[in-house]
Amino acid sequence: MQKVNSPADVAKMRDYCQAAFARRKLRFLVCAGTGCIAGGSLEVYEEFKRVISERGIDINVDLLFEGQESEAGTVTSGCHGFCQMGPLVRVEPMGTFYTKVKAKDVEEIVTATMDENTVVERLLYEKDDGSHATTELDVPFYNRQQRIVLGGCGTIDAEDIREYFAVDGFKALATILQDLSPEQVIEIVKDSGLRGRGGGGFPAGRKWEAGRNAKATPKYVVCNGDEGDPGAFMDRSVLEANPQSVIEGMTIAAYAIGAEFGVVYVRAEYPLAVVRLLKAIEQAKEYGVLGDNIMGTGFNFDIEVFQGAGAFVCGESTALTLSIEGKRGMPRVAPRPRTTEVGLYDKPTLLNNVKSFAYVPDIIREGAEWFKGIGTESSSGTAVFALTGNIVNAGLIEVPMGIKLREIIYDIGGGIPKGGTFKAVQTGGPSGGCLPESLLDTPIDYDSLDEAGSIMGSGGMVVMDERTCMVDVARYFLNFTEEESCGQCVPCRLGTKQLLEILNDICAGKGKKQDIDLLIELSHSIHGGSVCGLGQTAANPVLTTLRYFKDEYEAHINDKCCPARVCKDLISFRINEDKCKGCTLCARACPVSAISGEKKEVHVIDQGLCIQCGVCMEKCPNKFSAVDCVSPKIPVPAKEKTEVPA
Amino acid sequence: MEERLSAVLSPYEGRKDALIPMLQKVQEELGYLPEEAMMAIAKFTGTPESHVYGVATFYAQFYFSRRGRNQTKICTGTACHVKGAARVKDAFERELGLACGMTSEDYEHSLETVACVGSCALAPVVVVNDHVHGQVETGKIDKILEQSIKD
Ligand SMILES: Cc1cc2nc3c(=O)[nH]c(=O)nc-3n(C[C@H](O)[C@H](O)[C@H](O)COP(=O)(O)O)c2cc1C
Ligand code: FES
Repeated sequence: MQKVNSPADVAKMRDYCQAAFARRKLRFLVCAGTGCIAGGSLEVYEEFKRVISERGIDINVDLLFEGQESEAGTVTSGCHGFCQMGPLVRVEPMGTFYTKVKAKDVEEIVTATMDENTVVERLLYEKDDGSHATTELDVPFYNRQQRIVLGGCGTIDAEDIREYFAVDGFKALATILQDLSPEQVIEIVKDSGLRGRGGGGFPAGRKWEAGRNAKATPKYVVCNGDEGDPGAFMDRSVLEANPQSVIEGMTIAAYAIGAEFGVVYVRAEYPLAVVRLLKAIEQAKEYGVLGDNIMGTGFNFDIEVFQGAGAFVCGESTALTLSIEGKRGMPRVAPRPRTTEVGLYDKPTLLNNVKSFAYVPDIIREGAEWFKGIGTESSSGTAVFALTGNIVNAGLIEVPMGIKLREIIYDIGGGIPKGGTFKAVQTGGPSGGCLPESLLDTPIDYDSLDEAGSIMGSGGMVVMDERTCMVDVARYFLNFTEEESCGQCVPCRLGTKQLLEILNDICAGKGKKQDIDLLIELSHSIHGGSVCGLGQTAANPVLTTLRYFKDEYEAHINDKCCPARVCKDLISFRINEDKCKGCTLCARACPVSAISGEKKEVHVIDQGLCIQCGVCMEKCPNKFSAVDCVSPKIPVPAKEKTEVPA
Repeated sequence: MEERLSAVLSPYEGRKDALIPMLQKVQEELGYLPEEAMMAIAKFTGTPESHVYGVATFYAQFYFSRRGRNQTKICTGTACHVKGAARVKDAFERELGLACGMTSEDYEHSLETVACVGSCALAPVVVVNDHVHGQVETGKIDKILEQSIKD
């Protein structure tokens, strides 16, 4: 079967693909998400190919479609989410789940599976009680999650559309083309309560309705894959792991509003997502589910991929469309018409986030009620987060809305590593805020997070422990927004610069008592006076850290002390005489030769030379732990001041 | 240069709006956007040079001077920042004797920072010649460079 010629063909195509894949007894699925690739998963995949082929098995998938049986095969998939334990391998149909797999382990896995009918225990995930989890269902990181958008990630080969067909891909599109009017589709999306996953949380159904009602033509559908939040990779993972779900969602949207052309805007740093999307688009056209005369129904819709050029502000909808038109990405100034009225090329444009589109096929297939039944009253469905920072199980997760921050961080994330203590959790990236321990029981939904001073954002969640300085974090974000401000409005361009300068001063020990009030006042002016969301939310990191961690600001300003020992100008390194064994490791590693001392004798740091790089502390063996970091700074005695040689 | 440019640009004939893809393709071909190329693009699209520069300089992706044979990118995204990216950055600057954003005189090395490469679970992250290194320790950067530098 080469093509879907009618909506009814989709079910046939599914059966055809399922039957073909069923001819393969075993499948070794290697995660090729970004984390696992960095850990060497492509070498693992090559090794599987080699080892399986060596057994005389042809792993060419096409043979399955020609009716041949096969003992085993191997494919790569997108991100499984559990990046911390990668590279990950799953053996299907049993579901055996291996972690931290190296190429040298492959032979053993294949032998155990194919010859001995056993598992390689040492590569299984070890639970807290010391027992092993054989499948993902048994791993705490997974069993608290509910995967919808990520459902297909980590289970299908993103480069083979037939795998998507086999899991009911394009069934939703077939259903609507055959049975539903555009208005009915919009009604379902409205009833589902789906809110935009790009950060703002605007009800998707209402946006679609506005797109439908817009009079001008042609209309466009634009997918926002800019993913500007620095420290998040949800959209990337969806685009790389299951691009067909985004294509299907966009096509359904196009039918609903009456558009024939769409664009996916992909962030500059994501070349693999572009490759996967282009391939997916090509295959979708080949199979008749995209392009001209989709499924023989006369409906046309084509998608182009636009690669961003590196500007955070282009994530904003009006800047994004201008950027596609080949202009500078400067948000349009209010009052301005909605993008659904005047968007790309000044035509009505429906713009949604990657995940917003990716939910749609599931919602159409399973029904609005099903989606509404997940999550909370005001925020239905699930939320996807990139869980990172000082957390045991860093990775990509999907949880029902309404779950508490505490459950995410401790039950799924496994808590803070190495006996550290929790300090704050950041959501919403540069537009969001940092929430403290006392708010860990806040449920995850748009409104609760807003109330706490942060935002849901598009899914970045960075956990911070006691070694993170909250003033430095605020400065970090302001440094980012100041650089990324497009510069057209004064409150944002100059306001962020002033905020940054004050924060720089505080971190450098030059803070003044009145700075805190000044920060608050400035923050409110920037919020009220800026043209777009970038400026309006830029002060959130400052306001939330001031609200919940004011004592840290005060320590910096009044005591010249950085309690987390991060701000370089406020810390010193010191060698503890009682602990130093004179192993010389630190002295040899010091890049500025500031450490003196003979072998087996106590070493000393010349405070006048020290540049606070911290290498000595890193190098000092754990069993000695002789290097301390202290704050406030140890004063440099006058005689120790270094003389610059003539 | 002229021939290479026209080969890259010809598919965009009549598509003024495709300025950003044009700039991207030209940079892919030449490694950066020299003045000559910028002029050629202006001429090709029939837009003022100031417009082409105005757009190109708005975006972080475009370079206007020649860059090193080896490119090291230090991630300074939030996850990496929390995990000590600032120290990693200092360490690379010291090791290569270059400030971020600079290229060495012999065009062997360029060093720059990027905001998130999407491997946040492995923070702090450094990318050397498209080779992603995770959980970077400042004490081991010589090994990282050794592994990924072109000979
Ligand atoms: C400065 C700024 C950056 C933004 N970055 C993104 C982004 O990276 N991805 C995204 O989907 N939305 C981003 N948005 C929100 C978009 O403007 C828009 O609301 C969203 O893409 C709409 O899709 P949704 O309704 O599906 O959420 C950004 C907004 C602002 C103001
Ligand atoms: S923050 Fe460094 S890879 Fe995302």
